[in-house]
Amino acid sequence: MKPLPLTAEPSGVDGVCLTPRRASSWQAATRVFLRDLKLAFRKRGQLIQPIAFFIIVTAMFPLAFTPELTRLREVAPGVLWVSALLASLLALEFLFRDDREDGTLEQYALSGHSLTGLLFAKTCVHWLLTGLPLALVAPLMGGALGVPIEAMPGILAALLLGTVSLSVIGAIGAALTLGVKRGGVLLSLLTLPLAVPVMIFGARATELAIRGVDAAAPLYLLGAITVLGLTLGPIAAAAAVRISLE
Amino acid sequence: MDWKWFHRLASPPYIYGLAGRLIPWFAWPAAVSMVVALYLGLFVAPPDRIQGEGFRILYVHAPSAWMSVMVYTIMALSAAIGLIWRIKIAHAVAASCAPIGASFTAVALITGMLWGKPMWGTYWEWDPRLTSELVLFFLYLGYMALRSGIEDLAQADRASAVLAIVGVVNVPIIHFSVEWWNSLHQAPSVMKFGKPTMAWSMLEPLLLMLLGFTLYFAAVLLIRLRGEVLRRERAATWLRQALEG
Amino acid sequence: MSLGSALTVERLHVWRGSAHVLRGVNFAVDTGQLLEVRGANGAGKTTLIRTVCGLVHAEEGRVSWRGREVHADLAAFHAEMAYVGHDGALKADLTGEENLAYAAGLRSVITRREVVAAVERVGAGAYAGRMVRTLSAGQRRRLALATILLSGAVLWLFDEPTTNLDNRGQALVGSLIAEHLASGGMVVAAVHQSLMVARDNVIELDLG
Repeated sequence: MKPLPLTAEPSGVDGVCLTPRRASSWQAATRVFLRDLKLAFRKRGQLIQPIAFFIIVTAMFPLAFTPELTRLREVAPGVLWVSALLASLLALEFLFRDDREDGTLEQYALSGHSLTGLLFAKTCVHWLLTGLPLALVAPLMGGALGVPIEAMPGILAALLLGTVSLSVIGAIGAALTLGVKRGGVLLSLLTLPLAVPVMIFGARATELAIRGVDAAAPLYLLGAITVLGLTLGPIAAAAAVRISLE
Repeated sequence: MDWKWFHRLASPPYIYGLAGRLIPWFAWPAAVSMVVALYLGLFVAPPDRIQGEGFRILYVHAPSAWMSVMVYTIMALSAAIGLIWRIKIAHAVAASCAPIGASFTAVALITGMLWGKPMWGTYWEWDPRLTSELVLFFLYLGYMALRSGIEDLAQADRASAVLAIVGVVNVPIIHFSVEWWNSLHQAPSVMKFGKPTMAWSMLEPLLLMLLGFTLYFAAVLLIRLRGEVLRRERAATWLRQALEG
Repeated sequence: MSLGSALTVERLHVWRGSAHVLRGVNFAVDTGQLLEVRGANGAGKTTLIRTVCGLVHAEEGRVSWRGREVHADLAAFHAEMAYVGHDGALKADLTGEENLAYAAGLRSVITRREVVAAVERVGAGAYAGRMVRTLSAGQRRRLALATILLSGAVLWLFDEPTTNLDNRGQALVGSLIAEHLASGGMVVAAVHQSLMVARDNVIELDLG
């Protein structure tokens, strides 16, 4: 336990105790979480954008390919995953950008709490507002591509795991490209190769679900990658943020 | 323990001089190795039972693929050293590795495509090795793009170091996932060789070429490293004195 | 000089790119003292403040807090220090009070009464309930000052605290600092001109 600054006595600020109780890292992370949520809901119009993008891009494929549901069903896994990937990438650009520009990110680094934890809280909000809606809408879009209803839980499971992975991997890319002007394309270039395993296992799980076959194997592999990403990703993102603040 | 040699190794003027002296020691053996390996591979090694003469491009393809991964690992390792212990020369080494590794990857891809045409009739197949090499190529490109995208050199060094470390952790995962993906769909994988018994006459040129490539890598790395040192130290006094003297 | 609560900087050298920005900076700040860092634009004032914070890495030299090197336990140092930079770290889509609650809540457990009191102290009571995006630069600066009041930190670090403030605002900064010094705090501030504080507790450092 670090000693509190006992030298400061309450000064002339009425009613303000100048030796307040130090917030724990958990409380600090909660503050960050709630603040980001509140901010996102203040700009309610922007919340719908990732889902709208996902729906539009998914709709492009039948238009570019064929209206026949039987043929669409075959390519549905790939279409859903590529669209989800692109929609996630689009939203990732803004994960840290605003905070960097107004100095909030700096304050996180100076708060005395683990930057990893605070950034993880931010990434959680980001996933709740981007990845989770995507995962919920995906089975429906799958239906539009001829996917049977029985396959939908499997698709949901795969995309829930996959979007979590994409958020943590993307957070690393977002942190690394903080110092780059118009870094959106660079962010995609960095994140896509790292996302290849997620997509391979996720698309395979989706395909098996559509065929009505047990999708456990790829789901477990996807789960393993997600856990790895959750444990190591925020650490890398924090390191990258500190580098951009130097 | 006397760490003086280590601190000297981190000093740019010392590295500049040392690298200059070492280059011929790597360059000449590299040239000799590669020429001998080419001769053995093209003329001496027996033709493959199944593929005939066409497989000979393996002698360039396999070593370059191997080098592309090895160089990435070395790049990530030196980047990590630069990041953790803040040794600037390590960042210069990592920066010098990247274009060389990307070139090896490109060579592996091109030779893979040239191999594919006579074998399957098509320049490109989504076979696991080619696909892994392609993703590795993008990892290299991303690294170099990040470096050039950040203006401040120190920040570019450190950010790309984080990227290289994240990448090197991912390379085995990506490789595994691509192999897994490919095995599901039973795509033709002509490039796999029946490994258990490979005749020495076939193995010899392969290993020799690998040696040649490694020596070549070392030589080019040293050349590029000197260039990097010049670029980074252009304001330093030791350089001005060396140029005037 | 009581050894227990000093900030000392010894032989600090910092490079930004190839520019040797800080060349062997030395100083010590004790309880109740204000260090004014002066210098022309580009002289390294911001770099010095950010190096002391621990954001920027120094090639040579050390920053010590209470006798211990800052980087040995950065979290403990940050717990006792608060920084207000060029940007106020205020979110445009939150009200002034919400901003303070969240920003202060990052470091300490704060009650609403304390937030209101801090707002009153900086004279922002009239507009603290409005969205920050509707406020002027000077009003935002006052809110940023309120943040540091709520931080409970012993060491205050400022990068040009009087930017965008009129005379009354500058006097406010002066009085806040004076009160903080009187209650045992320490302040390091990068400034263009002297702060409105009694000069007997002020150390000056000129970076050229």
